[in-house]
Amino acid sequence: MDPPMDFQVVVLAGGTSDKLSPLVSKELPKALLPVANKPLLSYPLELLEASNLKNIIVVVEGDEAATQVESWLSVAYMDRLNVEVVKTPGDVGTVGAIRAVAPFLISTDILIVSGDLVSDISPGAIAATHRRHGAAVTALFCPAPVSGGADSSTSGGKDKAKKPSRCNIVGLDPTRQFLLHVVSGAKVEKDIHIQKRIVRAVGQMEIRSDFMDAHVYAFKRTVLLDVLEKENLYSIKQDVLPYLVRTQLRSEISAKKENSADESSNGATKELPSEDININSAVPSNQNLRWLSQHREIAPSSYQDIHISDCDKNKSRLAKKTHKCCIYLSGKTQYCARLNSVQAFGDINRDMLGEASRITGYTFSAQNNVVHPTVVQGAKTTAGGQCIIAEGTILGDKCSVKRSVIGRHCRIGSNVKIVNSIVMNHITIEDNCTIQGSVISSNVQIQERASLKDCQVSAGYVITAGSEYKSEPLTKR
Amino acid sequence: MDLRRPNRPVIGPKVRQVGFVTPDSAAATSSSSIPAVSAAAATSAGSPPSSLSPVMIPPPRHPSTEMSNPHFHPVGSYNPSEQILGSPPALSPSRSSRFDADGSDFGGDDDESVALSGVGGGMTPKSSLLMRQPVTKTAPLVSETRKRDSNVSKGKGEGPSAAPKEKLTKAERRATQEAQRAAKAAAKEAAAAGGAPSVSKQPKPATKPATQQKKDVPSGSGPLQPLAPSGSIEKKQGKKEVAAPHPRMQFDDMTKVGKLKKRAVVNQSEARNRVELFRHLPQYEHGTQLPDLESKFFQLDLIHPSVYQVGLQFLSDKISGGNARCIAMLLAFKEVIQDYTTPPEKTLTRDLGAKVGSCVSFLIECRPLSVSMGNAIRFLKNRISSLPHNLSDKEAKSRLQSDIDRFINEKIIIASKAIVEHGVSKIRDGDVLLTYGSPSVVESIFAYAHGIKKNFRVVVVDSRPKHEGQGLLRRLVERGIHCTYTHLNAVSYVMHEVTRVFLGASSVLSNGTVYSRVGTACVAMVAHAFRVPVLVCCEAYKFHERVQLDSICSNELGDPDAISKVSGWKDLNYLDGWAQNENIQLLNLKYDATPSDYVSVLVTEQGMLPPTSVPVIIREYGIERLWT
Repeated sequence: MDPPMDFQVVVLAGGTSDKLSPLVSKELPKALLPVANKPLLSYPLELLEASNLKNIIVVVEGDEAATQVESWLSVAYMDRLNVEVVKTPGDVGTVGAIRAVAPFLISTDILIVSGDLVSDISPGAIAATHRRHGAAVTALFCPAPVSGGADSSTSGGKDKAKKPSRCNIVGLDPTRQFLLHVVSGAKVEKDIHIQKRIVRAVGQMEIRSDFMDAHVYAFKRTVLLDVLEKENLYSIKQDVLPYLVRTQLRSEISAKKENSADESSNGATKELPSEDININSAVPSNQNLRWLSQHREIAPSSYQDIHISDCDKNKSRLAKKTHKCCIYLSGKTQYCARLNSVQAFGDINRDMLGEASRITGYTFSAQNNVVHPTVVQGAKTTAGGQCIIAEGTILGDKCSVKRSVIGRHCRIGSNVKIVNSIVMNHITIEDNCTIQGSVISSNVQIQERASLKDCQVSAGYVITAGSEYKSEPLTKR
Repeated sequence: MDLRRPNRPVIGPKVRQVGFVTPDSAAATSSSSIPAVSAAAATSAGSPPSSLSPVMIPPPRHPSTEMSNPHFHPVGSYNPSEQILGSPPALSPSRSSRFDADGSDFGGDDDESVALSGVGGGMTPKSSLLMRQPVTKTAPLVSETRKRDSNVSKGKGEGPSAAPKEKLTKAERRATQEAQRAAKAAAKEAAAAGGAPSVSKQPKPATKPATQQKKDVPSGSGPLQPLAPSGSIEKKQGKKEVAAPHPRMQFDDMTKVGKLKKRAVVNQSEARNRVELFRHLPQYEHGTQLPDLESKFFQLDLIHPSVYQVGLQFLSDKISGGNARCIAMLLAFKEVIQDYTTPPEKTLTRDLGAKVGSCVSFLIECRPLSVSMGNAIRFLKNRISSLPHNLSDKEAKSRLQSDIDRFINEKIIIASKAIVEHGVSKIRDGDVLLTYGSPSVVESIFAYAHGIKKNFRVVVVDSRPKHEGQGLLRRLVERGIHCTYTHLNAVSYVMHEVTRVFLGASSVLSNGTVYSRVGTACVAMVAHAFRVPVLVCCEAYKFHERVQLDSICSNELGDPDAISKVSGWKDLNYLDGWAQNENIQLLNLKYDATPSDYVSVLVTEQGMLPPTSVPVIIREYGIERLWT
């Protein structure tokens, strides 16, 4: 079957990320980490499904993770999606993942979506923007989450200091359609080096640091495959995108592919027919026609146009190639977040219960919570607002659950307080426990009178009776 | 040929250009010959003010204008409905043959002959069928019908409502005709019995036949030509009439808009605060269409990706300009044809035509078609439907693709090169040339003229909000052409030093009206006032047989925000939040119509022609005649 609109989709599901260390383990790859009681990978997949993209390639790092993801996919999406799971060895980076699926890529453009994306931005919009500009690459950027305002009210933001500086430096043209400069996360230095050539071509550049790369990219296949041939690239975000942005006015990529790729990447490579006006010249080539239809396109920033004319002046048209790097900025009303840290895990879970509850697909009850009908609640037990309690869970007497997610088949004793926490599946919590702002992985046993505050508990851990923990990750020895 | 034409007084173009009757308007006027097809039809189509203008005009808001405007019929003027009524059928071929004779001598034709030929050319079988009845009668009788006609419309004209004209089948039409004939005979008897009609009406019928005969005599005595070719032309146009597009969509008709919305792919919300006079044109909230269409990118399976891409580019104004849009569309269609496979139990000619049609309607939703695109689509559909049935899919597809290539090549690229050649011959050393906007052909002319070392200077006139001229200016300056840049406001100031005005056109209509970027008419008029020759460069494939007298009935509305906001001027914010105010209506027209009086010469690939010769080009080299 032909890919719709000549787009293929690759979801990079990752493997067992270190950043999410106590939560993710060999038994639970990142892709299956429950967010609001649904595996993380289901969010991007459902987003794609909503856009009518049913043929999806999922790349998973590591053998075990791949088998687990595959078995989950085959159950959950058997009749809905046509998902192909490709496994790569661990630690090859996003570029390695793309290299692994390169033989499968046949369509004109490729949409690469990160598996940890939780968003309601239509991938179609990014793809359409990509098509409209005929860009080599289009990246989705969204306003970076303001970590501060939301967190200070809750108690979850303690490990803020640990968080690596996630800020990206992004340079945009005045119309905010083209990406002119990008330095991401780890590579940010004190000084910003900006190419004079690009600034000269644009005239004006807006530099922002409050945008976040959402790891959704639309690539032209020829460009992508060309870049993959290069050595020492590891990450799309940190290597490939900056490389393409850096070389957009002196591209070597579109140079050799221009003829094979029917897609007109831009007008710059075409020659100017008015120069060789001899009236009875031969039939113009298809390329020339393309040029004719597009040389009049008014790039909103007119920067590509200006560059074209620069080329003409120098009479070295063929030596210079350009490609376009575009950006799709999400609106303020749209939700977009990446689950790439423990902090983000907590934040996203809270957002799923609160402001972005529409993404989960649950219908919230009048008390603004979701309690599965099979849940057994003891006397005087209250489930407050912004709660999700999944099936088979048994709550004892006088329990109180607020702003929390509780997974399947948990047994919770009497007089337990759970606030602002995520409790995964098959957990036993005995009487008189207090759990605040914590993440508790599956199969944990918490004995009586334990008190946890801002902790991450790894799977299978046993917390002894009466113990108190505060702000520490608890992993099995 | 001297470019400066004798400066004849500019008569109001409305009176002069009345003679052209498009197939559409001919049908409408012919229906007026039958009093009361329905009362509303008679008032809307039969009243002289609307017979003066093409049918595209929305139903008249004041049906009583007919009564209040008797001066709309000056003695020498020419009323198409009367002309049709009064002329025996035998004359019409000779009239068009007269036109042939004139066509060979473009310089000397006067308005009247062109007007006459317009009728001959535009006559349709439908109208001639309807006319058979009055034609058998003599001139006085015609005046009688006319009287009846006006009486009826007077009688029924009070009702301000205009019920939509029903489409009648041939049999029904014939039936009403019979009924009318009977009624007329009865009325005639009644009139003879002494029921004298109102005195005020009396002089008009008396003068009319006289002028008619005066007109008929020269056309009758025109050089006699073999009748066969003109007859075949009539037949041909009759065939065209069958496939003629239905009347233009009127966006002030709520029911039709509702229907359109149901079919629409692009979710459009109608703009508020629209200017009353332009309600019939589509205007949507700008800024809502693009995100909506983009978010549905993967959901529209039926539309080919390349068509979708072109549509997006139209919507976001990335591709603009008649030639560029036409080429982009044709290339997209080429890919559609490439990827097309005939579904089982269907024939390629029919199914592919439908598919192209759906692509076209998608493109229309993105942005109304330009005339150039309309012509190209008509050509393509023509080619599809005329494919022999015994061709295999592969052959048919390759044939269509090569047809598209040929169209682009011959009608656009080589045509523009020919125009460049013609245009350059009008540039002399020391000239100061003025252009407006950024017409691609004119740019090529300047570039070529500079290339052959002509010594000239260019004045680029630009206007808000698109500032297209800046791009042109940049390219010209980079070539080393000496340029002056100014805005439309200052055109009267710069015009005194200008020796030639080169303009581009979106379309040239068959009465010579140039339909082009808004502001062109202004430049042409100022040039006319300064006695500066105006050369309009336009490829012949952009010619259209439509007649348009103003820029109201058919136009395109742009983003009203574009004119209310001045980029770069933060302190000019008087109009911020205008959309909420009911009292403000912003009008951003995209096109205007330049009457042919202001055009000295049309530069086409067929040579340099007076604007009155457009019908000849359409007839002889039109889209229908291409490679048949």
